[in-house]
Amino acid sequence: MANVPADLSYTAEHEYVKTTGDGSVVQIGITDYAQGELGDVVYVDLPKAGATFAKGAVFGTIEAVKAVSDLYCPVAGTVVESNGALEQDPAAVNREPYGGGWMIKLKVKDQAELKGLLNAAAYEKQIGK
Amino acid sequence: MAIASSSLTHPDRFASRHLGPDPDEVRDMLKVVGYGSLDAFIDAVIPEDIRLRKPLNLPGARSEREALAVLRALAAKNQVFRSYIGMGYADCITPPVVLRNVLENPGWYTAYTPYQAEIAQGRLEALLNYQTMVSDLTGLEVANASLLDEGTAAAEAMHLTAAATNHDGPGTYWIDIGCHPQTIAVVRTRAEAVGIQVTVADPKSFTFKPGTIGCLVQYPGTEGDIQDFRSLAEKAHGAGALVSAATDLLALTLLTPPGEWGADIAVGNSQRFGVPLGYGGPHAAFFATKDAFKRHLPGRIIGVSKDRAGRPGLRMALQTREQHIRREKATSNVCTAQVLLAVTASMYAVYHGPEGIKKIAERVHGLTAILAEGARRLGYKIGHAAFFDTIVIEGDEAKIKEVVAGAKRRRINLRPLGATRVGVALDETVGLEDVEDLAQVLALGKPLPFKLDDLIAAAKSAIPQGLIRTSPYLTHPVFHRHRSETEMLRYLKQLEDRDLSLTSAMIPLGSCTMKLNATTEMIPVTWPEFGRIHPFAPRDQAQGYTDLFRQLEEWLAEITGFSRVSLQPNAGSQGEFAGLLVIRAYHRAHGQSHRTTCLIPQSAHGTNPASAVLAGMNVVVVKTDAQGNIDVADLTAKAEEHKDTLAALMVTYPSTHGVFEASIREICKIVHAQGGQVYMDGANMNAQVGLCRPGDFGADVCHLNLHKTFCIPHGGGGPGMGPIGVAAHLANHLPDHPVVPLGVSESCGTISAGPWGSPSILPISWAYIAMMGKEDLPEATKLAMLSANYIARRLAGHYDLLYAGKNGLIAHECILDTRPFKQSAGVEVEDIAKRIIDYGFHPPTVSFPVAGTLMVEPTESEPKVELDRFCDALIAIRNEIREIERGEADREDNLLTNSPHPLADLLADEWKHPYSRERAAFPSAATRAHKVWPTVSRIDGAYGDRNLVCTCPPIESYATVG
Repeated sequence: MANVPADLSYTAEHEYVKTTGDGSVVQIGITDYAQGELGDVVYVDLPKAGATFAKGAVFGTIEAVKAVSDLYCPVAGTVVESNGALEQDPAAVNREPYGGGWMIKLKVKDQAELKGLLNAAAYEKQIGK
Repeated sequence: MAIASSSLTHPDRFASRHLGPDPDEVRDMLKVVGYGSLDAFIDAVIPEDIRLRKPLNLPGARSEREALAVLRALAAKNQVFRSYIGMGYADCITPPVVLRNVLENPGWYTAYTPYQAEIAQGRLEALLNYQTMVSDLTGLEVANASLLDEGTAAAEAMHLTAAATNHDGPGTYWIDIGCHPQTIAVVRTRAEAVGIQVTVADPKSFTFKPGTIGCLVQYPGTEGDIQDFRSLAEKAHGAGALVSAATDLLALTLLTPPGEWGADIAVGNSQRFGVPLGYGGPHAAFFATKDAFKRHLPGRIIGVSKDRAGRPGLRMALQTREQHIRREKATSNVCTAQVLLAVTASMYAVYHGPEGIKKIAERVHGLTAILAEGARRLGYKIGHAAFFDTIVIEGDEAKIKEVVAGAKRRRINLRPLGATRVGVALDETVGLEDVEDLAQVLALGKPLPFKLDDLIAAAKSAIPQGLIRTSPYLTHPVFHRHRSETEMLRYLKQLEDRDLSLTSAMIPLGSCTMKLNATTEMIPVTWPEFGRIHPFAPRDQAQGYTDLFRQLEEWLAEITGFSRVSLQPNAGSQGEFAGLLVIRAYHRAHGQSHRTTCLIPQSAHGTNPASAVLAGMNVVVVKTDAQGNIDVADLTAKAEEHKDTLAALMVTYPSTHGVFEASIREICKIVHAQGGQVYMDGANMNAQVGLCRPGDFGADVCHLNLHKTFCIPHGGGGPGMGPIGVAAHLANHLPDHPVVPLGVSESCGTISAGPWGSPSILPISWAYIAMMGKEDLPEATKLAMLSANYIARRLAGHYDLLYAGKNGLIAHECILDTRPFKQSAGVEVEDIAKRIIDYGFHPPTVSFPVAGTLMVEPTESEPKVELDRFCDALIAIRNEIREIERGEADREDNLLTNSPHPLADLLADEWKHPYSRERAAFPSAATRAHKVWPTVSRIDGAYGDRNLVCTCPPIESYATVG
């Protein structure tokens, strides 16, 4: 069964949002459920630091052996860091989606947008858990 | 006893050879399906309102012998001149061992694209050799396993350039005026469709401003000149633009390769490595680029991975680049490759090796230099001082006119270049005696004022000092080990034996139509009268081809119910692209150029949306209902919503789900009512021939996959042909050609490098139609559908049929729902597919059009005994799944999860599985008699994609078997 940590926020497109020590910066990745559906991840294409995205904009793509999927920005913001380690080890997305498999750290433009995300219960419901 | 007059016609009828089930078996199969007659069954399958209720207006069936006699007569109307025209095509010598054992060998030509890697290691190795050859010769890191022709490869280079440079807006692109004219035309057509601005000019005048995405140069140029593009590449890179070079593999054995002077991409035609000219094709185009751009590489890439036991194993890599996954986000729509021809070209390199190929190149260059020297002494000017195998001879108008006429008298074709210049391109088949002939032509009937030996002594290399190749190539042992014919023959056989082709078993791939490729159909392909004609030879030398094209076009028009047919598109994807451009040209001609919205059902093949985007259209997806049919309400709503911009609907019929949708007429009407045109994907035409016609029930354009319905073999992943048929109102917009004008008034542009795509394989489709005739073509269609329904019925109770049309019947293919077994037994569709390999079959199509399912298409050519053997295998596999479901077999370690089982595992000293070796190896009685063994166990796809290696790995890696 897919792991849906209670302390994270989610989107319907299977991204998660984790708050960090710096309140204005969030960590974004894809959920355990999403990595399971994709299968073995072989490549993640991520933006450079400084790139800005609107809410819902495509910030990157993720490729598995037989599937490719766009990554959607859960909230508007500016990328402060992207996970360079995924270049060498894309499998980290499969192993630890909420840990080493994170994708970008984003400086949130409008904190209010965070409130519009799904909580764990709502996301679980969406994936039919 | 009297002699019955009916006994005087030869009893052998082609249809009884082409069709698998005999009349008794047909009766038995009908009984299982539940119908008293074939006609009653067909009436129940196809909606009444689209039925064709008259015979096709085609000739009657001819015997194999008669058809060959007609083809002989057509071939005799082609004249094989010595063609020194060049322009990307050169006559060559196919090593006979390769000709007979690859090109003419059903073990190679009847295989499918190597999606099932475990039973395709042979051609995967041949294709890896091809990639290694291309990568070495071009000096670039990654190469693909072939594209359709040089023109479309150059267009793909432009698309890669656009994707990799990632400008806002489509950008501008330079093309070298020294590119082959057909290449320029194809690239222009592709550029216009997506709004890229192209300027054709001398490379010295290229400027790279913001918005310039890159350029294409020809190296050596179409007139044979060799330019140093180093500073151009520097200039381009300084501005963030990319440089593509269209080039020639033979020249690159002597010239500094593009990768070493700064090109980012190299493309070209590998035809001269042993592939016949064929009046334009089929040939394999190559494409190589830098590692940095590998994720934008179009077409199929073969990569090295490993199997479960850690043994090296090959497979198609990075499939997520491809249109079937990326759909409207793909940067290329290319699907079919030219595998058979790529294998041929790679084997030419394997057989000759680097030394042999270099000597061939040096000889051609030497002869060209001698000819140039002779021309100078005869008072002509040589257009370009630096050349490899092609020169331009310049003289006054009267002289040049006489040269061309004199050449013709000696049955030599030169390249006319205006009134005062003529091009001469030499090739591997040319000898000193030919050069002497040419010198005599240049001497205009006067005795030669020199001896050939004097010319030989005086001729000098014309390759610029700064562009002489110094780097090694083809260093891998595979290019050094097969010099004797005995070794070569065994290498070819060894590879062939690793692969499953139609020579061993049924290949029930849904949507692929793996029917018989009859020997009689194949025999003419390699006749010199079809094989050795240059695509740009004067048309009066190809009268046989002209007649064959005309007849085939007429027959295909009759079969589809259309007014005109264009044979130019080289594959289904190109047919789609061409058809959509025809529609755009039509709208433009009616002042409706804003019509660019293309409706595509969810269930469409991924190539459809990719083609639409490349044709400059916006894709709007139409929903599919629970039965897998187009959701008519959603279609109506979307057509209404987009009525101001509606260009077309792309629809596959019968649907990709293998069902005749009853509402197809209505669907076409809805689209027409909103000003759109209907594009029909003809991939499933094998369910229509003789029974219904797209042109009758509302389609405006349709492509045909001649490599499906009309018997061109799949060649292990190409060649293909994708001609399009159009209704009368679109005929003016069909493709044209810059070198061989086809008389189209408002053409949509140029789709392929050759005016008629790949002519040398057209006798195959011609022969099929001629031998089946109007009587037997509909029989084939009916039996294709009967066989599919027979399979569906026999598997009932074991596998659920995902979709069916009216009366619970399907068309010519069926989707088996294998998704429930994931829950019930932990078995995935992949496990079932690989276990089918253990039973000696090629698996059906996996996960298309619905993820997690199998799609089975038996075709009309499989005998009932083979259909039964296949059904028995699937039922036996279902029972193996039941063992897991009941807990009798282990959920993790079972016959399915460990499949396929190669001999190396079955015969190992150690065997740790809970089931017997025997059950794994010989799951059915038939497999004891014969089967193709997988040569590796299941290949790890993720490993290969994470660690991409797409050239031959060092030989030691084969020794470190885990």
